[in-house]
Amino acid sequence: MKIMVPVRRVPNPDVKVRLKKDGTGIETEGVNFLVNPFDEYAIEEAVRITEKSGGEVFLVSIGGPENEETLRAGLALGAHRAYLVDLGGECYESSGIADILAAVFKQENPDLVILGKQSVDTDNNQAAQMLAAKLGLAQACFAYKVELQDGKAVVQREIDGGLEVKEVELPAVITADLRLNQPRYASLPAIMKAKKKEVKKVTPADLGAEPKNRARVLGLSEPPPRKAGQKVASVDELVDKLVNEAKVL
Amino acid sequence: MNFELDDVQTLVRDTARRFAQEEVAPLAAEMDKTATFRMELVKQMGELGFMGVAIPEQYGGGGMDYRCYSIVVEELSAVCASTGVVVSAHSSLCCDPIYRFGTEEQKKKYLVPLASGQMLGCLGLTEPQAGTDAGAVRTTAVLDGDEWVLNGTKIFITNGGQAGVAVVIASTDRSAKHRGLSAFIVPADAPGYKVAKEEHKLGIRASSTAELVFEDCRIPKENLLGQPGEGFKIAMQTLDGGRIGIASQAVGIARGAMEQAIAYAKERQQFGQPIANFQAIQWKLADMATEIDAARLLTWRAAWMKDQGFKNYSREAAMAKLFASDVAMKATREAVQVFGGYGYIDEYPVERYYRDAKITEIYEGTSEVQRMVISRALLRD
Repeated sequence: MKIMVPVRRVPNPDVKVRLKKDGTGIETEGVNFLVNPFDEYAIEEAVRITEKSGGEVFLVSIGGPENEETLRAGLALGAHRAYLVDLGGECYESSGIADILAAVFKQENPDLVILGKQSVDTDNNQAAQMLAAKLGLAQACFAYKVELQDGKAVVQREIDGGLEVKEVELPAVITADLRLNQPRYASLPAIMKAKKKEVKKVTPADLGAEPKNRARVLGLSEPPPRKAGQKVASVDELVDKLVNEAKVL
Repeated sequence: MNFELDDVQTLVRDTARRFAQEEVAPLAAEMDKTATFRMELVKQMGELGFMGVAIPEQYGGGGMDYRCYSIVVEELSAVCASTGVVVSAHSSLCCDPIYRFGTEEQKKKYLVPLASGQMLGCLGLTEPQAGTDAGAVRTTAVLDGDEWVLNGTKIFITNGGQAGVAVVIASTDRSAKHRGLSAFIVPADAPGYKVAKEEHKLGIRASSTAELVFEDCRIPKENLLGQPGEGFKIAMQTLDGGRIGIASQAVGIARGAMEQAIAYAKERQQFGQPIANFQAIQWKLADMATEIDAARLLTWRAAWMKDQGFKNYSREAAMAKLFASDVAMKATREAVQVFGGYGYIDEYPVERYYRDAKITEIYEGTSEVQRMVISRALLRD
């Protein structure tokens, strides 16, 4: 089975993000970037499938030359090869990203696409669904269990207040939730091997993709700082303030 | 030498950091309290290549360089100095001499299970009368037919209690003094091999420090490591590498303490504001960071020299260990100070870092020995 896993490069989620002074983006100087954590679950799931029943996993990362580092990290987790789609400094919204992923899909014709349910930087949670729509494929998002059967996948997914079991025909697009598996640590020999694995560098044009932006980010700003709290002397005063000042009761 | 980590080194650091924080950190306080090491960590670290970072993959190791080894020991030590020294003593003092001086057969038989973490290794050098004066080793080895027969006592042996294999320095010719020392690979299940005592320590409490006794301990003739009479040379060269490991451990301890101090200084409120706003605290943190960076650069330089194949890097390894252990003492002392009273109780981990730091000035050559090594190099010509 051939599995495609798109991976995104994100700033380390444990580090506080700082905005550029002009509000056009985030400060990247000195920031440690990692594989999007949800994508690690996707890579792990794909690698486990191929370890069990053969096949290969290829990664796709879209961005700039720096994404090679992200791809090497993913290759060290057991993926076999990778695509690096260089946007030449351009930036695309989810729909444009889905256009590019669809173009890679058409070149490779994988049996399955697994990716993180969302990236932890922009939290859009759209690219997977758009990719499925553009390719006319079935989708099963927020998977916590994936079982492959003949030509189909049975996916258990968490929904509000319960579970849903979906059967999708392959090829399909599945997104990984954090309970899907426990991603492995990259072993040192695996890191060494990853260095020698193929990373194919392409542009959207090479793939025949014409991503377009229909939305534009006008600016980023920090949330307003929280106002200082108040201390009250009694429960009565608290209730009074909740009713008359905060007007929440 | 490159100041920046390359892609591979970055991945090694990220993996080691994550492993340290997710798997080791939650166990560190309890392992310290109960003075027991969780051996499953050795198995886990073996699978990741951490038990033989700089040993080629064909011998069960991680196939990386000494810089990566330094990075791994630093990351582990930043959360648990005991885990740092378990890995460092095992790698530098047992795997490394077998890799460098062992025959192909010895490597296959002993290095592969060691470097892959199936068993732990140690070095038996120190004796009651042979500490800093390492040439005064009294343990003897006598060839009897096809076997060497060892007799003597080794003390303060890191990993001694759990090691499956020890590299032991013993005299094969007492009249030749240190030139009569030889090195041996001694499996722990050899007849006459005994773990006589576990020490109770101030710090690095989770790592085993044991007394090993050899009573007519018999090992096959082919377990001689290197040539007869090479024992002192093997021990000294092994310690050069070991000092890079301990310097890395010291950097890790210092960094871990600093990170705790930074986090606490931002949280702790006094006079209506975080104590990080006070210059008295800021200057402590600034000094810690500066000294830690300097210590790490010295350590990486020594590692780089080893990787480049320099024949002699004793001076640089000694400088790294001397400076880094001093930095570990200062940084942990000041970290406790930033915490104030809370730093002195075991509710926070900095008191553990403070206790752990002291040994880095003592083992694998005291700070005084490091100064001796450095000054000898200066005055040689």
